[in-house]
Amino acid sequence: MSTNDSEVVRHADGNGAVGEQLPDRFDNPGLPPHRPRLTDTDPAAARRATRQVVALFTISILGTIGFVVAYALVPDGNTIASIRLSNLLLGLGLFLAMFGIGAAAIHWAKTLMSDREVAEDRHPQRSSPQDREAAVAVLREGAADSGIARRGVLKGAVVSALVLAPLTIAVPLIGEVGGHWRVSTLRHTLWERGKRLTRDPSGTPIKAEDVTVGSVFHVIPDGLREGENADHWIEEKAKAVVLMVRLDHADLREAEDRKDWSYEGIVAYSKICTHVGCPVALYEQQTHHLLCPCHQSTFDIADGARVIFGPANRPLPQLPIAVDDEGYLVAQSDFTEPIGPSYWERLK
Amino acid sequence: MKAIADRRHHRMAPVVLLVMALLITGAVYAALTPTSAGATVATQTDIDTGGALFQANCATCHGTGARGGDVGPSLIGVGAAAVDFQVSTGRMPMQASGPQAAAKPPVLDAEQTRQLAAYVASLAPGPSIPTADQVDPAKGDPATGMALFRTNCAMCHGATGKGGALTEGKSAPSLGDATPTQIYEAMATGPASMPVFNDANLTPEEKRDVIALLDGQKAGSPGGADLGGVGPVSEGLWAWVVGMGLLIGCAVWIGAKSS
Amino acid sequence: MSRPSKGSGPAATADYLDQRTGIGLAVKAFARKVFPDHWSFLLGEIALYSFLVLLITGVFLTLFFVPSMAQVTYDGPFAPMQGVQMSEAFRSTMALSFEVTGGLLMRQIHHWAAVVFIAAIVTHMMRVFFTGAFRKPREVNWLVGFVLMILGIAAGFSGYSLPDDVLSGNGLRITDGVVKSIPIIGSYLSYFIFGGEFPGDAIIPRLFTVHILLVPGLILALIGLHIFFVVLHKHTHYGLPGRTERNVVGYPLFPVYVAKAGGFFFIVFGVFALMGATMTINPVWNYGPYDPSPVSAGAQPDWYMLFLEGALRLMPGQGTEWVIGGFTIPMNVLVPAVVLPGLLFTALAAYPFLEAYVTGDRREHHIADRPRNAPVRTAIGVAILTAFGVLVLAGSNDIIATHFGLSINAITDVCRLLLVVTPFLAFWVTKRVCLGLQRKDRELVLHGHETGRIVRFASGEYIEVHRPLDEYERWVRVANEPRRPVELLPVEDERGVRRRGYRRDAFRARLSRFFFEDRVEPVTPAELVATQSHGGHDAALELPAATAAADAHRR
Repeated sequence: MSTNDSEVVRHADGNGAVGEQLPDRFDNPGLPPHRPRLTDTDPAAARRATRQVVALFTISILGTIGFVVAYALVPDGNTIASIRLSNLLLGLGLFLAMFGIGAAAIHWAKTLMSDREVAEDRHPQRSSPQDREAAVAVLREGAADSGIARRGVLKGAVVSALVLAPLTIAVPLIGEVGGHWRVSTLRHTLWERGKRLTRDPSGTPIKAEDVTVGSVFHVIPDGLREGENADHWIEEKAKAVVLMVRLDHADLREAEDRKDWSYEGIVAYSKICTHVGCPVALYEQQTHHLLCPCHQSTFDIADGARVIFGPANRPLPQLPIAVDDEGYLVAQSDFTEPIGPSYWERLK
Repeated sequence: MKAIADRRHHRMAPVVLLVMALLITGAVYAALTPTSAGATVATQTDIDTGGALFQANCATCHGTGARGGDVGPSLIGVGAAAVDFQVSTGRMPMQASGPQAAAKPPVLDAEQTRQLAAYVASLAPGPSIPTADQVDPAKGDPATGMALFRTNCAMCHGATGKGGALTEGKSAPSLGDATPTQIYEAMATGPASMPVFNDANLTPEEKRDVIALLDGQKAGSPGGADLGGVGPVSEGLWAWVVGMGLLIGCAVWIGAKSS
Repeated sequence: MSRPSKGSGPAATADYLDQRTGIGLAVKAFARKVFPDHWSFLLGEIALYSFLVLLITGVFLTLFFVPSMAQVTYDGPFAPMQGVQMSEAFRSTMALSFEVTGGLLMRQIHHWAAVVFIAAIVTHMMRVFFTGAFRKPREVNWLVGFVLMILGIAAGFSGYSLPDDVLSGNGLRITDGVVKSIPIIGSYLSYFIFGGEFPGDAIIPRLFTVHILLVPGLILALIGLHIFFVVLHKHTHYGLPGRTERNVVGYPLFPVYVAKAGGFFFIVFGVFALMGATMTINPVWNYGPYDPSPVSAGAQPDWYMLFLEGALRLMPGQGTEWVIGGFTIPMNVLVPAVVLPGLLFTALAAYPFLEAYVTGDRREHHIADRPRNAPVRTAIGVAILTAFGVLVLAGSNDIIATHFGLSINAITDVCRLLLVVTPFLAFWVTKRVCLGLQRKDRELVLHGHETGRIVRFASGEYIEVHRPLDEYERWVRVANEPRRPVELLPVEDERGVRRRGYRRDAFRARLSRFFFEDRVEPVTPAELVATQSHGGHDAALELPAATAAADAHRR
């Protein structure tokens, strides 16, 4: 390897007398002269740099020792403070152990290893014409030898076999990976006629008089985690969660066909956003607005959960409710439309 | 005594002493701190003084007799808890109109607040100021508190109660500076945009569980600085500023020529 | 290494190895391989070392993490979770954080390394983009790097979701909503991912396989390919004195780069350790185990997904859900979450090929451009970054609202406007700034440095003495080659027949004009001489001295 100086041809650098034939562009002046570092010229500086490198490695060693000591003597314990202390001491030990090695190696390279830049030649990426010709010849020879051009049926057979073989993996995969594949279950929730509305997460039923104006109840269906739902309650909860409030009759506007879906000003809406499915849960009791914290779709609970801001398009589905013999709030039926985000066959 | 003298030099001795000092300080503090206003029974004098304070500080907006005005709502039936919350957090009397009343240093002192609350409570029954026992974090169960907080509170106040945005410039405040009494009162009365959590929704014990959870969070984060406790946005900012900042700084050092 | 020797120690080991592998040849070829030295060439190394830290800490975590959604009851030391039902995934995340000494540190280092990993990839891509280092012969490696970025995001997102906490669970729910919005196959795709209805009990084990096997395996393989291409093509270097298209100037791999690059790995690890020691990241113990009902304010993904979050937030919902023939097409989700990232990523992947088409440049390039010397490319890059930045802001609008006392509704409306306006503004401003910087370079080459020294001539005239640039300083400012738009051949050929493909060529010529118009070309020797002979006394005054000094320097 040589430095580049000899490779770059130098011309007059453009300051020559007028009248001389000038090139279109300036010429590359070549590598600037090497300027020695302090450590190259002063043995004392070099010794100092050596000591610094050793010191940095020593810091790393101390960091490792500190880490092990902290591990042995400062257990993470059971309190927030003890866990924090353990985490801090271990982390600082690891930091010193690693950073010390890195800083030492780099300081070493920068001060004590040669800082003379060297140049290496590049060659065009393409292969030489001879190599290309030889490559083509090899491929031609091979193709001719295999007879794939002459015996067309071979080509068809090999392609067909290769294309079909992956089905052995794909068929069972696609068959099994989606579970039962019945997307129609997306339409149904646990709500049904007479199903009690209960508090989330305790599952206790709610009396109509408990729901005062201005309060908000996060609701799950009765028996969510019992019986046949025990092992898939989470999917059912993901569809069935409801938010219930009572509004002053003066504030409540109801569509004609939904007049009997509320009970004395108590309305219940799906808590799952019609945008992409976040729980819409930020209820402002003064404005009756319901805000989604994920994308800020805002629904007016007093007006059929109409969208008043943000990316959602449809109102939240309403759950028709009533009161049973014991005064507890119950559903009149399931939701009358699929809850949550829109999908292709939603209206089918 | 000899046993104690022998253990003076034990390596745990400073820790034990520190814990004892903290416990004694705590006990003295608890003994000296006046008990919650709810514990004392309001006298007619309190109600009369409170009425005068109301006339001077509140009636402009809330109307004479607290029946409500053009600007402020009626306060009949809001209870002593609502008054104590609004006045002790400095939200009322309100200074400037905005999306919502802002917390600020309280204008009325504790005694005046108590009298004002007694006056408003005398107009009609409403949620009363909780007793010290009702808001004692030590008596609550943080696990129940967390389950309730997650379902009922975190969507607005954030997972660690650092606050969050509502619509049109309104916001749910940080709970870091709120006292247990104020937290209880806020749940019971539903100030501003906040819904009411009546005793049928969250029982007094459940409210205390929530207070216990929030009290426990004051111990900070086990992982180090909490970076504001607002989630991945601040984490991303710190990753760029501290992480990429330090690493690019080191890269510049590596690439620079040594002198 | 060159002469096999018997005996003991390293020489014997080397001999043993070489007799069986012929490694001597490889060492001879690679040990003195040259790498150019510049801080911006280390950005990719930050990404590489972040990945190594991720592998090391990730192996630690896998030994304690249980990728299962089976429900268990918490009985560990963290009081607010006592008796709470949770998945084994969440339970084991709690355990490895609070009950394994050093586990929390490893988890925090892992997560910090993950977010910095993608930050480093993006910064590295920006460096490659703005210096034109993606040009021939490196287009393929740009594509490899692009796929690595996508895989990095996939690794990050799948790992972020593993603890099965409320925050990431809501992220998965949003993913489910986005997937369901895809026409025809949406709901089936959702079942494909979740093994049935959301959330099911399959997603955590599936993400675990994706996160620890599939994606890291692909990343590892592609990193190998990426570095193989770097070695094959040799690294680009900046147009400094002595650097040409035919050479590569820098320091040898052994020992200098072994020390510098090897040392940098430990620096990177150290910085992550410091972050993990002092700064909390992803405190899942605050969020609690996933449950479809709760959500917390500040519901955001990690930073690299924020632009999608922002796009979803900015899209107006009214009138954007189409129902055609009874089938629902929710454009309010499709456009921001599927179409927009699709276009953005396609444009990013295709950019080297688009630019080559527009410039008609088929030559190899090994000298990295200064960004100012390709004003339109730089401006396009800044415009895209600006749009990205606006989307990130929109994705953080609730945090901005609470911290600056603003209304989220107002921020959203303003961001909608900014998303449309600022990229064009940024394009225009950046292009002007680039052209201005190029003119300044010309100015400097022609007239030299201002010295602040005022000289009075006998005639009474005052001038400021300018010191001409030495040839090394000058070369940096004139090294870029002058570029011209693609020339459009006439519509008819020499026989007067209308040429086929003229319209296609005309389109390309228009693009090419757009790319190159307003260009500022580097100073030529003739221009410099002309300026110096006509331009007055300033340069002339000091010229001979400077030239002499440069000559002396060279000897």
